[in-house]
Amino acid sequence: MSSQPQIVIEGVSHVYRPTRGKEVTALENVSLQVGQREFLALLGPSGCGKSTLLYLLGGFLPIEKGSISVDGKPVAGPGPDRGIVFQHFALFPWKTVRANIAYGLERQGMAREQREARVQSLVDLVGLSGFEDSYPSQLSGGMKQRTALARTLAFEPAILLMDEPFGALDAQTRHLMQTELLSIWQRTPKTVIFVTHDVQEAVYLADRVAVMSARPGRIKTIVDTKFDKNSRDVFKAPHFVDKVDEIWNLVRDEAIKAQGGRGM
Amino acid sequence: MQLLLRYLPLLLLAMFWEIAARLELVSALALPSLTAVAEAWIELVKDGDLITNGAASLYRAGMGLGLSIVIGAALGIFMAWWRPLNIVLSPLVEIFYPMPKSALIPVTVIWLGFGDGSKILLIFLGCMLPVTIGAFNGARGSDRALVWSARSMGAGRLRMLWDVVVPSAMPEMLNGIRTALALSFILLVSSELIVSQKGFGYLIGFLGASGAYEGMYAVVLTVAFLGFAADRVYQMLMNRVLAWRE
Repeated sequence: MSSQPQIVIEGVSHVYRPTRGKEVTALENVSLQVGQREFLALLGPSGCGKSTLLYLLGGFLPIEKGSISVDGKPVAGPGPDRGIVFQHFALFPWKTVRANIAYGLERQGMAREQREARVQSLVDLVGLSGFEDSYPSQLSGGMKQRTALARTLAFEPAILLMDEPFGALDAQTRHLMQTELLSIWQRTPKTVIFVTHDVQEAVYLADRVAVMSARPGRIKTIVDTKFDKNSRDVFKAPHFVDKVDEIWNLVRDEAIKAQGGRGM
Repeated sequence: MQLLLRYLPLLLLAMFWEIAARLELVSALALPSLTAVAEAWIELVKDGDLITNGAASLYRAGMGLGLSIVIGAALGIFMAWWRPLNIVLSPLVEIFYPMPKSALIPVTVIWLGFGDGSKILLIFLGCMLPVTIGAFNGARGSDRALVWSARSMGAGRLRMLWDVVVPSAMPEMLNGIRTALALSFILLVSSELIVSQKGFGYLIGFLGASGAYEGMYAVVLTVAFLGFAADRVYQMLMNRVLAWRE
């Protein structure tokens, strides 16, 4: 971690005002700092505002209270320094795998030849060779998410925002994708903000896990989860199991609150 | 073979028509035999009546429909994109949509006379709203995550409109255009029947009034076939444009 944090979130609150119905306070007074090339997981029960925080960081929602800055500059709208990967992939269904991955490069004006080479190297990186000309509707969930990941990695954002990216995948594919993401991240380190409600996933992937409270969302604690993740048996290692247990106990109370106070 | 089987009912109807007319089960005035109609059709093509009137009709329908697609689609998408435009225009669309556009035939004649202009305007007015509504609903249904993805990859607001909102609107918009295509034939023929000096509708009215019923049927069948063919060709094009769905 460099001395200067890359992302500084200070006193951010966010209220949803639906056209009908009650206002909902999704986030309340959230402050957080993330260092360069750090992998941070935002963990919490559904409805705790963790995705909202990610969208604010992405510049997709207006920041009404508090401030968010990236590399010292306040966030004002979306930009290619912050790439995002969504749970439901958000691929352009009318574009092929190749054209999806090329989109960001096109928008940022990369020359055609360079672009084609870059797209090919990403296709290879995420293991989609042979599917370059398929449309998203022809791909499995795992392949769709590989495409989405490649599309975002293609334009080399300094920060990767991931919104429960593996939440829509089956357990096996999810595990494969986690391992792959970790290895990609270790080879080309970036700052990653990873939203999830899966404790194991958070501990396995992240350097630090920010546990959020049930609505209104606040940062409850931040747990250090930095240790060697490369061993095959990491999931059985005592320090891994202990961390999962520690965090699970923190999340548990919040999950119960989110369910309306009834025990599980 | 499959094609033959599919249109077998049509073939049977044609045979039934021919037999009924030959056996004079119905008056030859009301229903001339299909062969007589075919002869009249060849005659109409030979002396050029069908061609010149058909060309006039297709020009009107093409212009009216073309305008309605371009303007209707743009209107629908901008209504979805910019709320103030939606607030101003949606009540107008709602009131105007269910109105039978054939009621405007005399109005367009008063405005633009008996020639092409009034037909084109009528077809344009009648066909625009299905396209607008299709484009509007399709554009409104654009996935928020797609819009955000494009924005985060460096697309400006206008670029995003073209790259995300327009393709998102495409399936519903193309369905709207299909409705418009059928409407254009209806409005074309009815307006030409009422006030016109050329066109399919004029020819049908003229032949009918002068007792040339074989010729009248020939033109009616021609219009029916063109309408059918246009829809089939359109569907093929639509399936190609939307090949990315499944």
